[in-house]
Amino acid sequence: MPESAASIFINALLANNFVLAMFLGLCPFLGVSNKLETAFPMGVATTFVMFVASLCAFGLNLLLSTFHLEFLRLISYIVIIASSVQLVEMVLKKYSPTLFRALGIYLPLITTNCAVLGVALFQTARDYDFVQSVAFSLGGGAGFMLALVLMASVRERLQLSDVPAVAQGTALTLMLAGILSLAFMGFAGLGG
Amino acid sequence: MSQPSGILSARNWDELMEGIWRQNPVFVMVLGMCPALAVTVSGINGLSMGIATTFVLVCSCGLVSLLRKLIPKEVRIATYIVIIATFVTVVDYVIQAVSLALYDALGAFIQLIVVNCVILGRAEAHASKNTPVVAMTNAFGMGIGFTIGLLALGCVREILGAGTLFGVSLFGANFQPWVVMVLPPGGFFVLGAWLLLFSALARRKQRKLTEAAQNA
Repeated sequence: MPESAASIFINALLANNFVLAMFLGLCPFLGVSNKLETAFPMGVATTFVMFVASLCAFGLNLLLSTFHLEFLRLISYIVIIASSVQLVEMVLKKYSPTLFRALGIYLPLITTNCAVLGVALFQTARDYDFVQSVAFSLGGGAGFMLALVLMASVRERLQLSDVPAVAQGTALTLMLAGILSLAFMGFAGLGG
Repeated sequence: MSQPSGILSARNWDELMEGIWRQNPVFVMVLGMCPALAVTVSGINGLSMGIATTFVLVCSCGLVSLLRKLIPKEVRIATYIVIIATFVTVVDYVIQAVSLALYDALGAFIQLIVVNCVILGRAEAHASKNTPVVAMTNAFGMGIGFTIGLLALGCVREILGAGTLFGVSLFGANFQPWVVMVLPPGGFFVLGAWLLLFSALARRKQRKLTEAAQNA
């Protein structure tokens, strides 16, 4: 029996959270999680790119399979992701210049976010159909956003507390991520 | 006084050591974290991932450096990514042919080498400005540094989480494995602990230097 779309969504959101359980998209997770006000728009933009990239990758995979060109998959996926990021950038610039300025440099960097390429690769590897792919990409995006927002909130709190000087910086962030990840392990088994 | 020239010159040695020690991609720059944490549940996985990344790094930096005068500035990032993706596809098929077990263990993370920021970072910051030999030496050093980092993570996690090292049992049958170390949180904890260690060492060195300066 194929997995239902709802269980894939819950699974990608909590039990197999992209950041905290599958280690995808760690660079923006460590880099942009300083402040809540940048973390949230970053999460939304990444989710949108993931969704578009997942749709394109699904169509492209059908096309490549028909012509037996599977070895071109990786190269074409990365080109698709780069162009959809470009597309999002242009649309945002036209219709919401404020949000465009708020995201700044982080927008083009979504291209090298492994969570986006991860969605495309995993949905191909697991032979998801169209509805399953959509659920997977939305769940993954929401999970990424959730992890980013949680982390940013904890780090904002942390600025007020007395941390030993030696633990300042990335080491502390990683330890925090470890504890968050430990908490998310409690979701194991949820969504089957 | 004659400086050694050619491939073993001081300049090349310097380029090589930059990646292995001073600018180690895992411990100093904290780049390329996704594969570093995801695959290092055992020493052997870390080692093979490191070797695969080194191969892609050296080949793509060499090619980027050769083509650096031909690539238009506006489309350079896209060009670099396509070059990197080409070599990653090569590695993907080679690993599949050599060891299917390893291919299954690393999974999609072989293909995710494409978006490893270490490689794109090197191509953009170093290879696009230097001659092929220098660029490839630097890339090789970075690759070795990355491999050492993955090995350090993988070995610690394997010893604590499974009681083995490269598949050889270390403590006998009575060892109670610390399972969380091979699960995702363990990756964060082990890397965090390594960074703490390096940060403590750096601070001690800094303090010694200050004391020496005051005493002098």
